[in-house]
Amino acid sequence: MAKLKIEDLDRIAEEARSKMTIREGAGKARITVHMGTCGIAAGARAIMSAFLDEIKAHNIKDVIITTSGCAGLCSREPMATVEFGNQAPVKYVDLTDEKARKIFKEHVLGGKFVMEYALSVGSERIR
Amino acid sequence: MKRYRLQLMVCAGTGCVSNHSVEIKDALDREIEKHKLQNEAEVVFTGCNGFCGAGPIVVVQPDGVFYQLLKTADIPHLVEEHLLKGRPVKKLMYSPPAEKIPIPKMSDIPFFSDQTLIALRNRGMIDPEQIDDYIARGGYKGLVKALTMMTPDEVLKEIKSSGLRGRGGGGFPTGVKWESCKHAHGDIKHVICNADEGDPGAFMDRSIIEGDPHAVIEGMIIGAYAIEKVHQGYIYVRMEYPLAIKRFQIAIKQAREYGLLGENILDAGFTFDIDIRRGAGAFVCGESTALMASVEGKPGEPRAKYIHTVERGLWERPTCLNNVETWANVPQIILKGAQWFSSIGTGDVSADPWGGSKGTKVFSLAGKVNNTGLVEVPMGIPLRDIVFKIGGGIRDGKKFKAVQTGGPSGGFIPESLLDLPVDYEELTKVGSMMGSGGMVVTDEDNCMVDMARYFLAFTQAESCGKCTPCREGTKQMLDILDRISVGEGTEEDLVTLEDLSNVIVESSLCALGGSAPNPVLTTLKYFREEYEAHVKDKKCPSHTCRKLNTYSIDEKICLKLGHGCHVCVKHCPDAAIIGERKQVHYIDPAKCSKCGVCYDVCNFKAVQVA
Repeated sequence: MAKLKIEDLDRIAEEARSKMTIREGAGKARITVHMGTCGIAAGARAIMSAFLDEIKAHNIKDVIITTSGCAGLCSREPMATVEFGNQAPVKYVDLTDEKARKIFKEHVLGGKFVMEYALSVGSERIR
Repeated sequence: MKRYRLQLMVCAGTGCVSNHSVEIKDALDREIEKHKLQNEAEVVFTGCNGFCGAGPIVVVQPDGVFYQLLKTADIPHLVEEHLLKGRPVKKLMYSPPAEKIPIPKMSDIPFFSDQTLIALRNRGMIDPEQIDDYIARGGYKGLVKALTMMTPDEVLKEIKSSGLRGRGGGGFPTGVKWESCKHAHGDIKHVICNADEGDPGAFMDRSIIEGDPHAVIEGMIIGAYAIEKVHQGYIYVRMEYPLAIKRFQIAIKQAREYGLLGENILDAGFTFDIDIRRGAGAFVCGESTALMASVEGKPGEPRAKYIHTVERGLWERPTCLNNVETWANVPQIILKGAQWFSSIGTGDVSADPWGGSKGTKVFSLAGKVNNTGLVEVPMGIPLRDIVFKIGGGIRDGKKFKAVQTGGPSGGFIPESLLDLPVDYEELTKVGSMMGSGGMVVTDEDNCMVDMARYFLAFTQAESCGKCTPCREGTKQMLDILDRISVGEGTEEDLVTLEDLSNVIVESSLCALGGSAPNPVLTTLKYFREEYEAHVKDKKCPSHTCRKLNTYSIDEKICLKLGHGCHVCVKHCPDAAIIGERKQVHYIDPAKCSKCGVCYDVCNFKAVQVA
């Protein structure tokens, strides 16, 4: 390790930011891949891998990927929910590797809903 | 660089390590590899989370799922369910006492949600052995600000107006101390970090060092810069803290490699380095003059402080000593400003640095509460909130009796004063003190005479013996308390105890003697009836002082439940229990030495205490 200059501190912080985003649980966008038994059987793992692959390829540091159980619509799996900033969460259904990558580029990075794959905008009311 | 989706934060504080958290990490790594998740999930060691009673602890981020009391056997299931299938495992989560529904998220658990973190802000977030993790959380930014945008005087002014006061016990305004050291004559000055934490049951400093050593180092560099003419600092830490020493050594090495310690720090023209000095664990070495004597290689004994250490301390040079937690607060104050810090807490420090208690304080909560561990709370929080909200109330539904604050020489505070705001002056007013932040909760089963005796026995044993009031006085007091607890006390003893206490407080050389009688004085004040029961009725109301108890065997329970199991006879050292197997047993009061062993060993609770 060489002696640091002041601007190096920012560089180090930037490099470690993807880890810190996860630890702090606060990113620009959050992708939830539904991984109940139905989701896994329908290929949720491939969807997860596609998202992770995109994150790596684009060197993205402020997107969180997480998993959840069955969302109750097993026939439309694999599913994923994308929350971008303060916008309403969007549920995407019948996903494939290509669809996931398109959603990533347009919604997760750009904040624009991909309406053709979306099932609904907003979530159920929880009482 | 790898891109993970999960970070598993495994607590590697001393508490969790002794509960096998290292094995937990190994098991996690193993299972993660088995499921081929090694590119998605990273397992990281962090410092102490504070909830030591629930250890070993693993927090799964980004969702903040909190797993507690883990065993290696739980790990395969946890990894398969949560990491692979995305189903957090409920049975490994925390449920509040008296409730069945577990709370998945760390941020929703009252123990954590009611805390405010400044000194412990990086706990559970960083790997303490990675300087880059600290930097990623804004570390060394306070130092950059100080070195590049502020003069030493401005840094000092900032600390002074923040209202930060010493977190080690005295509560002396940090800025005022720095200023005195700055104005003292001398071409070579020193700063010291006091990490000689010796209070029984207190471990906040150890936890800060183990979890975030760079915060302390950064604070010390800033302090050295502000005081000026300081190029060498020392950390005095006890040998009993091997993990803390190791983390400091690693942190200092990394800081040197990055040029954050050493010559011309960050090319800003300031030179400063830190070395570690290890103590042998004498309690008195937490006292500033004794500590400095010990660093110099002399016996750890205090001296009279006609001349303060800020003028003549280590090797007769002006020396500024602050405790671990105080130093750890400094970078945040510089980074976020004095106003931010002084907006937290009580009183007003704008004109008088003694005018209030600002910021937060870390307490180690121990004793009879449900949630034991380390908590950081804003100054001014009612004691009741710490004990009942964060601490989760008293264990087993028992009744609260008193809470002792400030370590072994702190006083006991009764139920009637529980709404007291935690602040330096308020605690002193009721006869206790902030101290370094020990907090021991007692319930109805604790005898206050016995508690006072226990803590006095500690300070008595740790008295260095240099001054007579502390050496002889505490010994006499302890003898009296010993007598009272075996039923040989008189009413006059209570008067003598008070007299002796006052003399010791007035005339001791250092704060060890000056505060040692506090537990006795406060229990005499708030729980006098318990002392009177001991000396007048020769009874211990909570049956803790066994020599004052009378033991007998309930015939019905002994025969019907225990079927005359005979266990008590085997254990009785006095052959005082009469009875054949499968028949009723009796205790012969003439032979009984009241050791209480029969009470301890009876599985059927047939032995009665009166």
